[in-house]
Amino acid sequence: MSLLVVENPGQLTTVQDLGREGFGPLGVSPSGAADPVALRLGNLMVGNEAGAAALEMTIVGGSYTFPTGAGIALAGADFSPTMNGRTLEMWIPHALNPGATVQLGATRAGARCYLCIAGGIQVDSFLGSASTHLLSGLGGFGGRELHKGDVLQIGLPTKALWRKKISPGVLHAVKPGKVLRVTDGPQAEWFSEETRQTFLQSSFRVSEESNRTGLRLEGPALKPLNEVEMISEGVPLGAIQITPSGQAIILFVEQQTTGGYPKIANVIGADLYSVGQLRPRDEIRFERVSMQEARTLWIAQQRLLNSGKQLFA
Amino acid sequence: MRIRAASEQAILVYFGEEIGRASHHHVVKLLRLLQQEPPSWVRNLQPAYCSLLVKFDACEVDHERVEATLREYEERAEVMPFPPARRVEIPVCYGGEFGPDLEEVAAAHNLKPSRVAELHSSQSYYAYFLGFAPGFAYLGDLPEEIATPRLTTPRKMVPAGSVGIAGKQTAIYPFATPGGWRLIGRTPLRIFRKDREPMGLISVGDEVRFQPIPHQEFTALVAR
Repeated sequence: MSLLVVENPGQLTTVQDLGREGFGPLGVSPSGAADPVALRLGNLMVGNEAGAAALEMTIVGGSYTFPTGAGIALAGADFSPTMNGRTLEMWIPHALNPGATVQLGATRAGARCYLCIAGGIQVDSFLGSASTHLLSGLGGFGGRELHKGDVLQIGLPTKALWRKKISPGVLHAVKPGKVLRVTDGPQAEWFSEETRQTFLQSSFRVSEESNRTGLRLEGPALKPLNEVEMISEGVPLGAIQITPSGQAIILFVEQQTTGGYPKIANVIGADLYSVGQLRPRDEIRFERVSMQEARTLWIAQQRLLNSGKQLFA
Repeated sequence: MRIRAASEQAILVYFGEEIGRASHHHVVKLLRLLQQEPPSWVRNLQPAYCSLLVKFDACEVDHERVEATLREYEERAEVMPFPPARRVEIPVCYGGEFGPDLEEVAAAHNLKPSRVAELHSSQSYYAYFLGFAPGFAYLGDLPEEIATPRLTTPRKMVPAGSVGIAGKQTAIYPFATPGGWRLIGRTPLRIFRKDREPMGLISVGDEVRFQPIPHQEFTALVAR
């Protein structure tokens, strides 16, 4: 079995796949890659199943050695990857020689870069997924972020590397945006028409206190009409809840599964990967769409990602 | 039953607008039926006090179709008998290092700390749902005499097994996590273990009772 050695884990690197959905009754949130689009494309480039486990790096990449070589691809945000001093192109598979070290720097744009390896990263599965859930220390590699000196196992590659780039058209279609489309939240009418317009017409800044559980936004205070206490209920991924002080929080992949703050809106499924590429201090806006439009956009995105060879140039 | 879209892939089913067993029994019945006969498009289910969030595969179905099916299920669920509650006993060592907020809670209600422990362990609680973290069960309803609001500033780290109270609810922290509930004791039991079946000691609909134990017994149980 081949190995990956962590020389330097960057800012925050975890093992992620597409998460574990279906365990709400146990209080377990799905977790999974913050940018599932990049993870899927990265895996397809190295001949893996789209949902194979890979490394999710955050803001600063780190460096990783492959003692017996590997087929790899980098997808998502560009962290200026190099191999033994030579630039490694993003969105194309590379065959690494034994002993090669991949080095990544700080992000140029976006928040997360995925290092996908032919054969996938092998860790014990927890509830059917390799995803790390940091809050509870479950899943992934020991339930934690990677440390210097960690040695991870890589599975057996099943297919040859494609040796082809993801097509520019596909990359354009899935380029992360800073205008997030939203549908009305289940408590949208708890807010006045004026407050809802403020929400849609203002820009918000992603706060430093943002992570995989949620992104706190700085912007105009969005107070509900009445100070009625809400009864906690289940919250979907991408829900935008408003705290008593009027601050908006986008609930993200490691979110609490239930919450007691009113939700003004919900980021549409097709734009969630863009949330995974937001950095602290980024300025974002929201644009309202209907449930039907949101669903059409989701279906189109899934169709694109499932189009096999057509994804490649 | 009231139905509301939560996102293009999720629907909320509400049974009343209050915290209570009556509304919750509807939630549990619908949850159980959906778990026993899951429609192909169900992706996740999240029960709460008086609602059930149903996440669905939007490539396969739309809200209308989901709503129609949920109404059918609800009709059938209504006539199903309510499943008998499982009883779960949780040993707790109250106060001291394990319950750093016990004295403050007692003072707020003009009670002795021992009386708070007595009241907390004198009745059984109903597990409404699990949330926050894997295995974290929201238990209710706390006796009015000891109901206390959350801390104004949450702790950065609460030890695993801590027993806390917040408003009329009580819960056990399964993992060392941040938390704002007032801590009155700790259990030596591991509430959630991934190498155990079932992983969580407490499930939705369980009747939970706290059993006061002395410090030595806590240490002995941890050692086991």
